[in-house]
Amino acid sequence: MPIDAKTNLLLPPTTGQARAKAKFSWTSDHGILRILGIVGIVFVFALPLINSGNYTIQLGTQALIYILLALGLNVVVGYAGLLDLGYVAFFAVGAYTSGILTTRLGWPMWATIPAVILMCVIAGIVIGGPTLRLRSDYLAIVTLGFGEIIRIVAQNWEPVTGGPSGIFGIPSWSFGGFTLNKIQLYYFCAVVVLLLGCFGIPRLAKGKLGRAWKAVRDDEDAAEAMGINTYTTKITAYIIGAVWAGLAGQLQASFISVVTPSSFVFLQSALVLMAVVIGGMGSVPGVILGAIIITLGPELLRDVWENRYLAFGILLLVVMLARPKGLWPSTSVLPWSRDKRDHDAKVETPAKSHDYDPQEEVPS
Amino acid sequence: MTQVILNGLFVGSFYALIALGYSMVYGIIKLLNFAHGDIFMFGAYIGMTCLVAIPGIGSLGIGALAVILLVSIVLTGTTGVLIEALAYRPLRTAPRLSVLITAVGMSFFLEYGVRQIWGPDPQPWPSNGRLSDFLSTTDATGAKQQLSVPIFDGALTYSQLVILAFAVVLMAALALYIGKTREGRAMRAIALDQRAASLMGVNVNATISRVFFIGSAMAGVAGVMHGAYYSSITFLMGFLLGLKAFTAAVIGGIGNLYGAMLGGLTLGLLESIGTTLLGGEWKDVFAFVFLILFLTVKPTGILGERVVERM
Repeated sequence: MPIDAKTNLLLPPTTGQARAKAKFSWTSDHGILRILGIVGIVFVFALPLINSGNYTIQLGTQALIYILLALGLNVVVGYAGLLDLGYVAFFAVGAYTSGILTTRLGWPMWATIPAVILMCVIAGIVIGGPTLRLRSDYLAIVTLGFGEIIRIVAQNWEPVTGGPSGIFGIPSWSFGGFTLNKIQLYYFCAVVVLLLGCFGIPRLAKGKLGRAWKAVRDDEDAAEAMGINTYTTKITAYIIGAVWAGLAGQLQASFISVVTPSSFVFLQSALVLMAVVIGGMGSVPGVILGAIIITLGPELLRDVWENRYLAFGILLLVVMLARPKGLWPSTSVLPWSRDKRDHDAKVETPAKSHDYDPQEEVPS
Repeated sequence: MTQVILNGLFVGSFYALIALGYSMVYGIIKLLNFAHGDIFMFGAYIGMTCLVAIPGIGSLGIGALAVILLVSIVLTGTTGVLIEALAYRPLRTAPRLSVLITAVGMSFFLEYGVRQIWGPDPQPWPSNGRLSDFLSTTDATGAKQQLSVPIFDGALTYSQLVILAFAVVLMAALALYIGKTREGRAMRAIALDQRAASLMGVNVNATISRVFFIGSAMAGVAGVMHGAYYSSITFLMGFLLGLKAFTAAVIGGIGNLYGAMLGGLTLGLLESIGTTLLGGEWKDVFAFVFLILFLTVKPTGILGERVVERM
């Protein structure tokens, strides 16, 4: 599809309401999406029963953590339109905060959750605060710089972060006398958080705040004229994304029980961004698809081709040029279904406000 | 202290050369070209390959450097033009985010493409192209001694001086080109208003290609000089240096050529001072923290003007 500014067109609200009232059918696009969603959930729960080998479960948990990260970045990039190139920094903040508090101060894992949230909020305000008022490219480069700062600090601040060898022996989750120690339990833990995200984030996007995000993304000046405080709106998205990544980091830290600076390089941020972009910015099923591609892709390619990141670079370019809205765009219900907004594409002036987005209407 | 300042100016001249390309491209199409730092790296690899592959290049002495500079300018410039034509031009009216992400993809492609061809290990710069070897004398014990010029209580080696001079000459030439020639005027016109410029008969595509050629060629020059001076290159070296160069461009005021030079030198000085105060491992942190602080105080940069955001 040719790209032009008009593809940002949004459906007039009336069409959305009409669609919601239409009779539900399992063979319609929305029906198929619902079936896919159910199959996905059943598969995720059934995977440990089909194959409970350590490799499968570990890979599964890794994929789940990537999906979590991608869902969080989707709020920042997909909904609010803020390009964050150092997203993994918040992941690192979460992982290090929980790692340091549990190993050095002996806190139980669950008790570090408020600390993780607090640290991520602080980090989000420190980075977002000054830069969100500026042009969006500045945010991109500052977040990239911030990612590097966090990594270098983790690497050099030996007394606290353990330097290049990191923190090891991070304990598991324990509630009273009950400790999660089996690898499968982590997997289910990740599944639960993921389901929370899958159902919660689209709800969030559908509410007043979510609509404000999209308005700011589509046209900041128009949004401001409509009475939206663009700065607060952007920083809220940024902080929600940061906290989400921090919690994913905590899950990761307790899952592999080690945090090292080398897991938080720019490549990781780029991979998560790639998941969001390849899948489709602002589209929850798309982002999940993208995250699965980036986790399983390198695993499948591992034996075949050493230099898999070259393939990723090419993939990113091809997707951007051929399918700029991603494999599963937020504007169509299924990857192959017709773009819902095509019939509006002839309108000259873009309509900016909307409260309907097809992908929010059905659970994913 | 003089030495710290001199070192800072020297490193800053690298940043300035790369920042110029960033700033030019940003000024004209408001695109943050993430692949720019990797073009710098690509330039260094081209230079290295030429030193190895061209027969008899060693007999040219320091002329060999001139030859590889020329080859590198042509090839990196062409690469820049190709990148623009293939990846950025089709997306010129697309949302900014798509173009930015395409640029990130291009950066990946260049980095790992180079890794695929030349391998993942750092490559030693061939000994027939090391700047310090040309500009040194052999003392009585047979050890090579770098020639240097004392400046107050510090000193610059000849090779540092050559690179500094080269950077200054290139920047002056570029400033003249942009300020005084017909093509330069076309560039400034497009930067102000692309549509109006095209209505006035400016060939927009050709001018943007020219900007990419010049910007990339300067990055290529910086790459060759980096290799010739530091004697080792890696496929990821463009990432951090590109990041720093962008920082420099922002500090100076992005879109402004003098700003890019000033920002580059400022950043070099800051880093040099930061290294002395805090130690080498913190110098990157110092640079980025400074960037964040600077943006809160003066978001337009030292010489920049407020630019309206394109959607």
